[in-house]
Amino acid sequence: MADRPEVHAWHHFIGRVTVHFGPHLLLAALEGLVTSAVLALTALGLSLVFGVMRVVNVAHGEFFMLGAVLAWAISTAISGHPALGFLAALIIAPLIVGAIALVAERLVLRRLNYNPEATIVATIGMLYIIQQLALTFYGPEARPVEPPFNYRILLPWFGYSGYKLSIIAASALLLIATWLVLTRTRIGLIMRATQYDSETAQAFGIPVGRVYGGVFALGAMLAAIAAVLIVPISQAHYLMGQDPLLLSFIVVIIGGLGSLRGTVVAAVLIGLSDGIISMFFSPTLAKIIATLLVAMVLVFRPQGLFGTASR
Amino acid sequence: MTDKNGFFDLSKSGITRRKALKGLAAGAGLAVAPGFVRYAQAQSSAPIKIGFQSHRTGIGAAYGRWYEKTTAAAIKAINAAGGINGRQVEVIIEDDGTDPGRGAEVVGKFATQHKTDIVFGTLFSHVVIGSAPAAGEAKMPYFVVSEGHHVASTKLNRYVFQPGITDVKSQIQSMAPWIAANAGKKVTQIFPDFAFGYDHRDYLPPALKAQGADVIAQIAIPPTESSFTKYFPQIPAETEVIYHVMVGPAVLTFVKELGEFYGSQRPQLFGFIDSLEAVDINSPGLEFLDGSHFWEGSPRYAQADDSEAQKAYRAAVGIDDNGAAVGDPKDVSTAAHMFGCWETLYVVKKAMEDAGYKGPEDRAKLVEATEALKEFAEGPEHPQGPKTFNGKIHQCFGIQNISKVEGGKLKVVHKTKIEDGLYEAEGDYTTQAL
Repeated sequence: MADRPEVHAWHHFIGRVTVHFGPHLLLAALEGLVTSAVLALTALGLSLVFGVMRVVNVAHGEFFMLGAVLAWAISTAISGHPALGFLAALIIAPLIVGAIALVAERLVLRRLNYNPEATIVATIGMLYIIQQLALTFYGPEARPVEPPFNYRILLPWFGYSGYKLSIIAASALLLIATWLVLTRTRIGLIMRATQYDSETAQAFGIPVGRVYGGVFALGAMLAAIAAVLIVPISQAHYLMGQDPLLLSFIVVIIGGLGSLRGTVVAAVLIGLSDGIISMFFSPTLAKIIATLLVAMVLVFRPQGLFGTASR
Repeated sequence: MTDKNGFFDLSKSGITRRKALKGLAAGAGLAVAPGFVRYAQAQSSAPIKIGFQSHRTGIGAAYGRWYEKTTAAAIKAINAAGGINGRQVEVIIEDDGTDPGRGAEVVGKFATQHKTDIVFGTLFSHVVIGSAPAAGEAKMPYFVVSEGHHVASTKLNRYVFQPGITDVKSQIQSMAPWIAANAGKKVTQIFPDFAFGYDHRDYLPPALKAQGADVIAQIAIPPTESSFTKYFPQIPAETEVIYHVMVGPAVLTFVKELGEFYGSQRPQLFGFIDSLEAVDINSPGLEFLDGSHFWEGSPRYAQADDSEAQKAYRAAVGIDDNGAAVGDPKDVSTAAHMFGCWETLYVVKKAMEDAGYKGPEDRAKLVEATEALKEFAEGPEHPQGPKTFNGKIHQCFGIQNISKVEGGKLKVVHKTKIEDGLYEAEGDYTTQAL
């Protein structure tokens, strides 16, 4: 009986919970916050596009993947200290992805008149096109990008990547910057006006078409930035867009479509619960609970935790 | 639903009867285009067609690419030496997407559309297990280079063979004594959560037990996982050896995060090179691997005592002394596994010659001729080493390499013997009807 591995595993589990509870909770929280940080940026992009344009961008995860793949291409092209290549990637990759998104928006979404159903179908098509182009030109390998710095923080119980902590900080700064742009600038005002009522906005001379183009590009850029931040710890791969897309949907549904605050709160909630449940129980259970949470929100509060009911 | 642009209204797109007929005619034209043409003359002049089920996309893509390169090199060598039974060999590649469902479809496509003589290829065990019934149904000989124990377990069917690479059960059994004697007695296992990983889960504990060592924890990780730190707290503190075998695109992340978690204060590490296949062991963040050990089917790095056959094989496939593509040091191969493609194709050649194989009507003869094979001598056709073959369980047995990471290279420190990996057959395929 005692030599059965699962019995051992159970004893270790109990031992772990009693002896190592503190350190493991810390590790779980750190991992969860890194997930939250990346998720918040990615989901914010999806949420902005939905909030302003009222369309669902199924290709959002592929913009994320493009960001990572371009980060690899840019950082490999630039020699010297890895930080140089990384910084260049952090600036150039989102710009290229934004430009691609803008072209896609002009060529496809605008011609569909932003019809919600047609947009879903069209962005599914874009998803496959971008994915297959990445496979053709970048290849099927997972390729690493060197982090700008390699610093291992030594805690009494385990080591932790200093770079991962910097992701949390970078993401927080970017979220604050986005919030400032949305609430304190003229561009933000125009975006909010378009979100509130696009027809009235148009009547007041706001170029709604251009706002849509800009918002779509901005959404894609946020995903790309998130990907550049994560790629030094998780490698660029042409299929990497699937999980972020799914998790972004979960976050956006829980937080409320189009709500920045809701998106951030939901991302932290999902990230932390994923980290903690994965650590103490199992990662599969974490996914089950997140999905269940989505179902509950859809049933009891369809507009999301912070969303406003549709007018 | 507002459909302002008539997006869903097919009547507006103006498909006339004439256009529809044109479309049909074009489709029919495609069906008789080259590739679908059957050789009208006697079969002796037509090439032997091998359907290659390849992981071109999906999580096995890095393996797929190198399996294709190795296969191309082997076919080039076979054709240059006169082909099989005087006929040239042609390989037709279909992508299985590293997906069991698609794998089965691909086998069906080879059988009914391409009408290949045999099907060959793939690595990932769930794809093999998913495809095997389709091969059995089509009575299509299916030669895999998969490494899992599923073929030898005799749970598949009479048409599935693994003559070019050893299976996990045999690998574990022959290496367990070395692990127990040199690495440590308390072992924690980390493995992927699907068939291949379960072979490790099921066969390591008894193999170590027999050597007086214990598996004290088993951690299964989904093969599509992209972040691993959250699993590491499950590793018991008293662990002396971490036995790791991971697959998929995130293997580098896995090893890196293991390094961040432990630093130099790590337990001993014994890994299957699968955890780093197609990855440069000198990638930043992997320094902590120095001094750790790996299983390798065939060594990635050229060794001092390499045979002439091994050198010729490496040159033919196009890998340099570091196991990377000649001319692109960053393109690291899947050297530990892909030799199996080369060796399997030579087994197919031998069996087809023994059977006097002429065409698909001789497939049953080919199966019996393969089952009759007993051993493969080390040499240009079998550069990894000598092998024996058990026709009852359709599985070969060979030597394993244990390599140590030393100065940024993998150096073979121990080679097992064929006998170390032999086990009692669990069944007998030859009793199944053809």
